[in-house]
Amino acid sequence: MTGKTLYDKLWDEHRVRESDDGTALIYIDLQLLHEVTSAQAFGGLREAARVPRRKAANLAVADHNVPTTDRRAGITDPIARLQVETLDRNCKEFGITEFAMTDPRQGIVHVVGPEQGATQPGMTIVCGDSHTATHGALGALAFGIGTSEVEHVLATQCLVARKMKNMRINLNGILPDGVVSKDMILAVIGLIGTSGGTGYAIEFAGTAVSNASMEARMTLCNMAIEAGARSGLVGVDERTITYLQDRPYTPRGEDFECAKDYWLQMVSDPDAVFDQEYDLEVSTLRPQVTWGTSPEMVVSVDDVVPDPADAPDQTRQGDWTRALDYMDLAPGTRIDAIEVDKVFIGACTNGRIEDLRAAAQVASGRKVAPNIKQALVVPGSGLVKTQAETEGLDRIFTEAGFEWREPGCSMCLAMNADRLEPGERCAATSNRNFEGRQGYGGRTHLVSPSMAAAAAIAGRFADPKQL
Amino acid sequence: MEKFINYTSVVIPIDRSNVDTDAIIPKQFLKSVEKSGFGDNLFDAWRYLDQGEPGQDCSNRPLNSEFVLNRKPYREGRVLLARENFGCGSSREHAVWALRDFGIRTVIAGSYADIFFNNCFKNGVLPIVLPSADIDALFDCDKDSGPFSMEIDLDRQTAVTDSGQVYRFEIDDFKKECLLEGLDDIALTLQHEGDIAAYEERRMREVPWLFQDLSR
Repeated sequence: MTGKTLYDKLWDEHRVRESDDGTALIYIDLQLLHEVTSAQAFGGLREAARVPRRKAANLAVADHNVPTTDRRAGITDPIARLQVETLDRNCKEFGITEFAMTDPRQGIVHVVGPEQGATQPGMTIVCGDSHTATHGALGALAFGIGTSEVEHVLATQCLVARKMKNMRINLNGILPDGVVSKDMILAVIGLIGTSGGTGYAIEFAGTAVSNASMEARMTLCNMAIEAGARSGLVGVDERTITYLQDRPYTPRGEDFECAKDYWLQMVSDPDAVFDQEYDLEVSTLRPQVTWGTSPEMVVSVDDVVPDPADAPDQTRQGDWTRALDYMDLAPGTRIDAIEVDKVFIGACTNGRIEDLRAAAQVASGRKVAPNIKQALVVPGSGLVKTQAETEGLDRIFTEAGFEWREPGCSMCLAMNADRLEPGERCAATSNRNFEGRQGYGGRTHLVSPSMAAAAAIAGRFADPKQL
Repeated sequence: MEKFINYTSVVIPIDRSNVDTDAIIPKQFLKSVEKSGFGDNLFDAWRYLDQGEPGQDCSNRPLNSEFVLNRKPYREGRVLLARENFGCGSSREHAVWALRDFGIRTVIAGSYADIFFNNCFKNGVLPIVLPSADIDALFDCDKDSGPFSMEIDLDRQTAVTDSGQVYRFEIDDFKKECLLEGLDDIALTLQHEGDIAAYEERRMREVPWLFQDLSR
């Protein structure tokens, strides 16, 4: 018998029952909730007079709609305020723990889960948010679901699902200085395309992954969804165990030792077979920049904007042409000649402490260029913010001319007041460059934290090493 | 859930791949705590020439006359045709609510993003997958001979053009039954309460730390 992949193990461990047609009922260990995709689920429970099966298996936090300026003033937008208050009310009514907007632990749900130790290896984790894939970095099966499924999990602690296929992406080599996990995942999406991973769980492996920090692994898994895969995964190793130690919700003492033995099994067996496998040598990788309106439209900082005439097929030729038109870019333009108007550092992709350190290193002792209208730094959580302030990163940013904000999703999707105006161009550390994503008519280029900081300093895209 | 009933409608062609859920329903409309009322804002940024805001009366907004949903007879269409990876991006079920609210109960595409695909079935919307050659043929049909209708027959798993071209599609039996009968997923799962309880009991013994108490 051949070995099992990490995904196979997670699937088998959580199968409650399976029908002959392959439809299974799988058990969910942890559900994370936020304000945008939960109200209708709680409403559904109420209508059907149902209650959460295990309320203590849920954790809620408002992140999408919250202001990143002074919280004491509350939320000015009445519709957004109602949505956040609805979450507060639902959590209270149904007995679910919520980190309220003024709680120091509040932050982006995918930053908070691992930070609190609520995310643990061997778990199944869901949230009404596609970037739930992030939690797979700890060897958990984590994926985004719609609101109907949020309700289903609340009511039954289970989901109806079919097994996905297994994909492994081997990232081998030593990353060059200044090139980070964000560049790796953008390059992967460029390689396999935004639907390359559809129907698969993607495991990231190889020396560049085993050498990566837990936070860097989270960035990789976060964007698995941008390659079409609902789940990203990294096998558990000693680094995972060290990360988990002494977090508020991780087991203590003897329980920790038992859990640890179990966690360390959360790896693919050496003889496991994958349905699809890719290899990417990363030692020559350059910083990546997206040029279009899909994350797969990506090149290196020293490349030029591609020509739709060179597109691999007619459909993509049309997509590229439309994207260039929307982005107001001409084929052949050097990436490092593209000027930006705004810079956004944050999001569940790159809002953790290491990301802020990398950006601060570039910003340190420099000034934001005069053509930059706004450069925002939005920590992923209240605890990340406090840590950054302890290290003096906030002062580095503010002295350079960046704005230092309160935690939340912010300009990644611009549901709050942080947004691009029509036509504005942004260097963003977030995960999506779709039309209008950061504001109606806004133009987004996805980059790493140090590339975003470098764009703020240079006023255009630049290799941080050449500033 | 409302039962899926076979119907015939004009096909609305959106000749793009990777149509994302941000395009289907932009973020500002996700602030609603309701499941309905999204239809006027379906494809908002493509459909109107101004920037839409939630709660706004859309009847007086300037329309983008080039966009297919604003052209006759497409605006009466109830079947949407698109290319690869339709519904990619955010998990927002609001995208399906917006399609359903507009009246679109069937999407035909080369492929779908997984979360969107699942969300369709929870709301009585049928996502049909056809091979790319068929998708090409349908787009060509609209381009060459103008708007056409299709009859969507879920029982027989066929979509038939008004010129008689038959496209057969595959669908998971369980999902088909749920659509045809309008079944409530949660009630179905609760029929397996015994299995769930037995699973929990075993796991609480074997891996007790997985049953964390997040209320502490």
